[in-house]
Amino acid sequence: MDFWFFLIQLLNGVQYGLLLFLVASGLTLIFGIMGIINLAHGAFYMLGAYLAWWLAGVTGSLVAAVLLSLPIAALVGYVIEAVLVRTLYKRDHLDQVLLTYGLILIFNEAQRIFWGNDVHGVAVPQALAWSFKLTETLSYPAYRVVLSVVCGALALVMYFVIAKTRFGMWVRAGASNREMVAALGINVKLLFGLVFAIGAALAGLAGAISTPITSVAPGMGDTVLIICFVVVVIGGVGSVKGAFLGALLIGLADTFGKVFVPDFASFTVYGVMAAVLLWKPRGLFA
Amino acid sequence: MITHIPKRLAILLLVLLVVLALFPLWGKLVFAAKFTFLMQKLTGIMILAILAMSLDLLVGVAGLVSLGHAAFFGLGGYMLALMSPQYDAANLWLVLPAGLAGVAAAALVVGFLSIRTSGIYFIMVTLAFGQMGFYFFNDSKLAGGSDGAYIYVKPTVEAFGTTLVNLDDKLSFFYVTLGVLVGVYALLRVLLASPFGRVISAIGVNEYRVQGLGFNPMAYKLVAFTIAGTIAGLAGFLAATQYGFVNPAMLGWHQSGHVLVMVILGGMGTLFGPVLGAFVLELAHFAFESLTEHWLLPMGVMVIAIVLLLPKGLAGLLLKWTDRKEDGP
Repeated sequence: MDFWFFLIQLLNGVQYGLLLFLVASGLTLIFGIMGIINLAHGAFYMLGAYLAWWLAGVTGSLVAAVLLSLPIAALVGYVIEAVLVRTLYKRDHLDQVLLTYGLILIFNEAQRIFWGNDVHGVAVPQALAWSFKLTETLSYPAYRVVLSVVCGALALVMYFVIAKTRFGMWVRAGASNREMVAALGINVKLLFGLVFAIGAALAGLAGAISTPITSVAPGMGDTVLIICFVVVVIGGVGSVKGAFLGALLIGLADTFGKVFVPDFASFTVYGVMAAVLLWKPRGLFA
Repeated sequence: MITHIPKRLAILLLVLLVVLALFPLWGKLVFAAKFTFLMQKLTGIMILAILAMSLDLLVGVAGLVSLGHAAFFGLGGYMLALMSPQYDAANLWLVLPAGLAGVAAAALVVGFLSIRTSGIYFIMVTLAFGQMGFYFFNDSKLAGGSDGAYIYVKPTVEAFGTTLVNLDDKLSFFYVTLGVLVGVYALLRVLLASPFGRVISAIGVNEYRVQGLGFNPMAYKLVAFTIAGTIAGLAGFLAATQYGFVNPAMLGWHQSGHVLVMVILGGMGTLFGPVLGAFVLELAHFAFESLTEHWLLPMGVMVIAIVLLLPKGLAGLLLKWTDRKEDGP
């Protein structure tokens, strides 16, 4: 394999990994802090993608659509936490699984009612519809680079917020001991609502900005959800750092799996996960 | 896990069983036009109920939440498909034990690797193995890949040269499945009442105490995992016989999740709850589907309503209801 081809696959793997991180970070925080296994997290990804496609058609600009879909996803997440999820904190994990499973069904049907069964695509914005020329025949699309930069920047912002701010302190404290945070007089209801809304917004954002490179299709949330669970578990549940490394690992494993063993590409992701968990039964950073 | 079933509940369940068993009689009169279809539907639901009970042994009794249980269901089906001669009937007395042995061996290996983890990690490891099974049959050319494989001729059930049951006959197969459903329920009840079953239930409550009492929880969990996997394989074997067709989706996580929902919805650790869960979920699906094109919406609302209103599932409601009546004056 020549160097440029390898580089392209490497960039693709990193870009996919960073995108997965946006979804998985919310999932891991929601589980780590609130103890909720949120199956509906993939639905926010789908919501973001459909909103971006629909609003891009209405406003004529993908950037405007992405910026608009972000608060909508956050609001939907906040309302769902406040109305439904909040009633289940004291119940068994499996009750929450069942509730969020019910939410998946409703989200999927709502998507079908509002936007139909068709598969849609979104054009890359005019300003970014060009490529970096690597060799005579190979090039790399600018949009993917921008995507990686945006995701990477967000990961940095997240690191800063979690490591340096008061809110981040609550989040870290919540992830290691939920009861203690409540005992120290922190408004846990607000914290949980915010974490859920931020998680939803991040998943929605990932869905929205990925529209030009994937298709907007029914069921897209389910696929992402399962892959993100893999990421979260590899990294160690509740660990944002773990989710970051897990996401890169899975992004690279998936991309290179498709190159080296195309017949068993889907196998590689799950193989990596099984191997990690047999080596470290609680993930890399738990 | 519950060990005592109130008398009223036992009577209620028996009545439901009799109503089901007599469906071929009254169903023909009430649903004349759709009778054949409904017979098939009910047989299919009973097969899923067997699968749900086997998962309950893991989730509700041993506290092992598996999201890859359908892999053994699908494997049971593929075992039959792979062992059936293309244009000839297989002999049930050969393919059934061989198929179940194959599934049991797979469950033993997967169980051995998975029970090292616990909690959400166990959920994910079983998911990973389930998906590996899915992609194995989906991507390899072994049995038709993603298109699946057909079983053209159903296995024969013979003894001393005479046919005991014709599995091709819908009515016979209905009763065979009902028999297996009742048999598996009885088997699991006996198993749970045995010393082995007591240890398994205790592990579901507090694994460390069981260890403190001198038992090795790993060995018990592994046996429970293998038994549950083998019963799931039996259900898959029945499903493959019924439809004459297997495909990779039988192994996938959608199927695993669907069965897990039946178990939670019906009431974990009760064995009869998951059976009720299978019937309620599948019949609701059928009813909503015939009412509206957007059947997922009422389905989702129903699932959420049951979670919010019935903390211990349908079985919890029935237990509370029948127990209270017994306590009354």
